[in-house]
Amino acid sequence: MERMNTPTTATPLNVTEIRKNFPIFSHQNGKALYFLDSAASSQKPLSVLQAMDNYYSTTHANVHRGVYHIAEHATELYEGARVKIGRFIGAPNPARETIFTKNATESLNLLSTCLTRGMLKKGDVVVLTEMEHHANLVPWLIAKEQFGIEIRYIKVDSEGYLALDNIDELLSGAKVLSVTLASNVLGTLPPMARLAELAHEHGAIVIGDGAQYVPHMVTDVTDLGVDFLAFTGHKMLGPTGIGVLWGKSELLEALPPFMGGGDMITDVTLDGFTPNELPWKFEAGTPPIAEAIGLGAAVDYLQNLGMQSVREHEIKLLSYAFETLESNFGKNIVIHGPRNIQDRGGVISFDFRDIHPHDISQILDQSGVCVRAGHHCAKPLMRHLGIAATARASFHIYNEPADVDALVDALGKAQAFFG
Amino acid sequence: MPGLEDLYREIILDHYKNPRNEGTFPAPPAIKAEGHNPLCGDELTVYLILDGDVIKDIHITGQGCSISRSSASLMSVAVKGKTLTEVDRLLKIFKSMMSISTNASGEPEASEPIEYSERELGELIALQGVVKFPVRIKCATLSWNTLVQALEDRAS
Repeated sequence: MERMNTPTTATPLNVTEIRKNFPIFSHQNGKALYFLDSAASSQKPLSVLQAMDNYYSTTHANVHRGVYHIAEHATELYEGARVKIGRFIGAPNPARETIFTKNATESLNLLSTCLTRGMLKKGDVVVLTEMEHHANLVPWLIAKEQFGIEIRYIKVDSEGYLALDNIDELLSGAKVLSVTLASNVLGTLPPMARLAELAHEHGAIVIGDGAQYVPHMVTDVTDLGVDFLAFTGHKMLGPTGIGVLWGKSELLEALPPFMGGGDMITDVTLDGFTPNELPWKFEAGTPPIAEAIGLGAAVDYLQNLGMQSVREHEIKLLSYAFETLESNFGKNIVIHGPRNIQDRGGVISFDFRDIHPHDISQILDQSGVCVRAGHHCAKPLMRHLGIAATARASFHIYNEPADVDALVDALGKAQAFFG
Repeated sequence: MPGLEDLYREIILDHYKNPRNEGTFPAPPAIKAEGHNPLCGDELTVYLILDGDVIKDIHITGQGCSISRSSASLMSVAVKGKTLTEVDRLLKIFKSMMSISTNASGEPEASEPIEYSERELGELIALQGVVKFPVRIKCATLSWNTLVQALEDRAS
């Protein structure tokens, strides 16, 4: 089962040292920066920036083409990053099964497109949850509109957990189950291994949206039981413009290609083409080489800390934030999602009095506190919660209790301001 | 960094906490238009009762931040009882104050500054500070864009 529930054994993070590795914290002209929006995009350590810079300064050439030495080195770096990133999520065959995309959104669009083109038939059922990010919702709605698939939804209960009482009914006859591994609004961590087992019993393919999970958790695709895993680089200390789709070899082999172009073929005639081997079959055109190398460096950085330590750090911050926010504001603050910290990822979405999240985040900004305000690209979930927007604070390795204290102070100011 | 007092003027907070002309009208006969800001989820509905060329009455409902709600309230006061020509002039002045103007297809374009006096703006001038917070301009203009929508719907 998921390893997140294993007892505390990991080395605690040294946040003071970690913060020294992130240039952004020393580039604020003396102004405070309490960055609590890593669920939207994380900050980058110097090693990631240097890896990309070094590549451009010393090695840049297109991959998989040139026979000269810097082109070969570029290819080695790019493919090396692929293997490293694949291993990071426990891919049994990282060199073949780890596909580079633009972001998690593209990974999920690749799946919805290729599955509907190659495997699904009109009327086939895809099961999602009510708490999906638009990235794992709209691609399937497009498939519904264009190919006539049917979508069923697992509901979210009043405590923010998935309501699984009718799960067998929902999965009955389903061809695909696509579920977030960690809700970007509620923090909810669905019981993925159990869901995957059930879905497989019903013969469905299982997709995990790991955008909010992989950056914070020990991730092992085999333990999770998924057939595909989508995630993005920029939420896990890597650059923007690079995402990953991991998939089981036999399924990736069975799918038709996604985009057509250079690099994804072994032969082309005027009448047709032969797709390339995995993983290049799904990578048309010049890929984001520097970004892949940057993500490789981010994975090195995270692995050096240890993902168990990353998770335990986050649990400590979550506990401290829950305690501090509720002891200071009592019933004036409503935190969405599961109460049990072990059951949630590092996001805290909240309503504060009746102050609109935009106004909250504006006032927080005056104190250097960065939070997200809005619908978090999860409008159906917002409707289910009966709200238009929330404010959301989220954590990563460089956050410390002082960030939570700054949030509490700034909320106090918002309270005073709007009375 | 501009201060909060630039944004949250007293008049704004007053209109936010005590919105004027809040409510609905049966539509028809009222003209109704819905506006929303897809980025933040703010929504509002404008109801207009026209008497010939005059906005005889206006009601607004919706949800949103203090800037979008107070701007809607301020707008309702500013346009009530005005002729459509006067409203058009106010709209142009308001958008000019927000440093934006729109072309025929509703796309923003660089604007020629319009000559106007502060007296013409009245209480709307309270929203002047919003310009210093570019992401909030959309909040302030939502109600005006919805009003334009209502008038266009009527025309078609």
